[in-house]
Amino acid sequence: MTPDLNKLPKIIDRYPKKPQSLITVLQDIQREYHYLPSEALKETAKALDVPLSKVFSVSTFYNAFSLYPRGERVIRVCVGTTCHIRGAKLIQQQLEDRLNIKAGQTTPDLKYTLEVVNCVGACAMAPVVIVNGKYYGSVKVSDIKKLMRGR
Amino acid sequence: MRIDSPQRLQELQKEYVAREKSFAKKVLVCCGPGCLASGAAQIVEEFKKLLKKKRIKKFSVEALKETGCHGLCQQGPLVVIEPKGIFYTKVKPKHVEEIIETSIRKDEVVTDLLYTDPKTGQTIERYADIDFYSRQHRIALRNLGKISQYDIRDYIAQGGYQALAKALTTMTPDEVVDEMTKSGLRGRGGAGFSTGRKWATCLKAKEQPHYVICNGDEGDPGAFMDRAIMEGDPHSVLEGMIICAYAIGSKDGYIYVREEYPLAVQNLQLAIDQANEYGLLGENILGNGFSFNIKVSRGGGAFVCGESSALMKSVAGEVGEPRAKYVRSVLKGLFDKPTVLNNVESLANVPVIISEGGEQFASLGTPKSTGTKAFSLVGKVCNTGLIEVPMGTTLREIIYDIGGGIQNDRPFKAVQTGGPSGGCLPESKINLPVDFDSLTEAGSMMGSGGMIVVDDRTCVVDLAKYFLSFLVEESCGKCTPCREGLYQLHRLAVKISEGEATEADLDKMEKLSEMIIIGSLCGLGKSGPNPFLSTIRYFRDEYLAHIKDKRCPAGVCRALIRYEVITDKCDGCMACISTCAVHAITGKKGEVHVIDQDKCDKCGACYAICTRHAIEVI
Repeated sequence: MTPDLNKLPKIIDRYPKKPQSLITVLQDIQREYHYLPSEALKETAKALDVPLSKVFSVSTFYNAFSLYPRGERVIRVCVGTTCHIRGAKLIQQQLEDRLNIKAGQTTPDLKYTLEVVNCVGACAMAPVVIVNGKYYGSVKVSDIKKLMRGR
Repeated sequence: MRIDSPQRLQELQKEYVAREKSFAKKVLVCCGPGCLASGAAQIVEEFKKLLKKKRIKKFSVEALKETGCHGLCQQGPLVVIEPKGIFYTKVKPKHVEEIIETSIRKDEVVTDLLYTDPKTGQTIERYADIDFYSRQHRIALRNLGKISQYDIRDYIAQGGYQALAKALTTMTPDEVVDEMTKSGLRGRGGAGFSTGRKWATCLKAKEQPHYVICNGDEGDPGAFMDRAIMEGDPHSVLEGMIICAYAIGSKDGYIYVREEYPLAVQNLQLAIDQANEYGLLGENILGNGFSFNIKVSRGGGAFVCGESSALMKSVAGEVGEPRAKYVRSVLKGLFDKPTVLNNVESLANVPVIISEGGEQFASLGTPKSTGTKAFSLVGKVCNTGLIEVPMGTTLREIIYDIGGGIQNDRPFKAVQTGGPSGGCLPESKINLPVDFDSLTEAGSMMGSGGMIVVDDRTCVVDLAKYFLSFLVEESCGKCTPCREGLYQLHRLAVKISEGEATEADLDKMEKLSEMIIIGSLCGLGKSGPNPFLSTIRYFRDEYLAHIKDKRCPAGVCRALIRYEVITDKCDGCMACISTCAVHAITGKKGEVHVIDQDKCDKCGACYAICTRHAIEVI
């Protein structure tokens, strides 16, 4: 499934057509499509005059980029140190069991993506889970269903 | 509106101070990282809605402010009513109406929402009277929780940008650098290099142009001081950067913010736009002829990009791999030009140093670690939150007097400082003064200021394993000792946690650590073995318990523990049965449940969900 890439030229036009703009352009593509479609990578390489191999290298180096489509509801479990000692692993495992996917994967129906993130800076309220950008603090095992519903 | 002279800035300050004074009362809702995670956004909405509906006499809706982190996150969401400083804790949307009716319409206090001192059991009305606050000394965090995080007028009312005016009109670049050197400020990002010396080297560098970069890539898990400053008081960072730019002769600056901090990016961008509009950034700043621009550069979620040379590559749109630093980045940095890279907290200190003088700053703290330091005090401590204390304050004062001791009265085991590059300090070090050199001597490090307190239920082997796995994941892979060495170190740590290791493995780990330290290119590899080295130094017995007795004393390492139902306590509520993912628990409602040890994967979900504490770890 190739997404509609009509918006791509506009995104690329936002920044100077220099190799220096690579990360910023990829970030905007990621924000628009929630992943980096392969066609978009090729277009970016052409427009910024960067080898495709380098675009691929940057896309896979940074955790912020995904080469696969992501789900409607992105659940990110913080696994920073404080969340770790306050039970983030258990929360992660519970979500993996209920969604039947591993962290980093998306359910086949594209409803859920489960990710882990290295600290979001809300350590005082550990463990923290972020669902579509909304923060949930002091998460307990009994909150798992609520997190999946997102309310 | 452009401010075209320092005089105009002073007039504006008077105007904005008068505006603040015109508010008979102010409602400050903390929107820091912790409070947002406990629902502060809904509190703000509720206040907006009800204040609009109720139209209270003499209360302007402008007096409702969304502030940065107030500090005591554990008690959040927090609401403060000024001018009295009444401190409401754990506020929920349903409490908002009562707060408005009691403390805004009338002059009374909602007693139920006040902070209760755990030692005396008494409620305390004003935050300034609470131990957590009264024992702090705030410089970098001076405005957090006091001003709107979105409004430049609030910052100017607090005396903001006056230090910039002073530097531009009364000081030469050399004098600014001298003042910084006098202050003794050492980089707050972790390495502790003298800020004054860094600026002096860049000022003298012949090659042009010079760049200023603010390092907002707060990658240490467990630290959020920089996030709080960038979100809650972004202008203090900008002012620090502009002063730095003036001192070293730079026209362009970047703030590198990690991808995980979208709100910091948003608030910084807003602050930059406002500063441009006010003529505090851009061309001809304050009508003085000096020009400087700042751009925000978003990171991509890579820990190694906190390292200076990797960060500069990332700003340039490349893969963030560090380079060997035969030539320091202050001479050959961004685009190979002379660059000053300072951490967020360091820059937030700059305006105060310029306003009050370097000597004043140096009078705080210890002779070699001057000033104050912000810490994120987190983990198993009672009062988790954001604090700032003079350097040299002891761990005991921080953890017990400010932090209120360990949660649920459990024993203190260790405090982890310095993030993945740091180490764990045991109870015997509780009287250690916290400064750069004491922490390094004790086998840990200052790092950026994360302070993670752990109790007897945290296993140090597991903690070392956690950090090693983090570093394996985040190693950029450029040099072998780090890429392969940390991988093997992690494998051996896993072996210990599974009870499969021998004492010879410990020797192997110690030797391997030495080689990784010698052979790695950048700080990530050089300090990578620290989580292991500091824990083996202070907690060898715990490692040996895993190796010899096949026992995890903290009850964490799954291969060495089991969960059992305490038959006297189980009331057969079935909560654990429904939460067990591997269906290892059986039993009927009202009858004692049983865990099938062959099926159990020891995830601990049953232990966590049981409200009767009827499950134990053995």
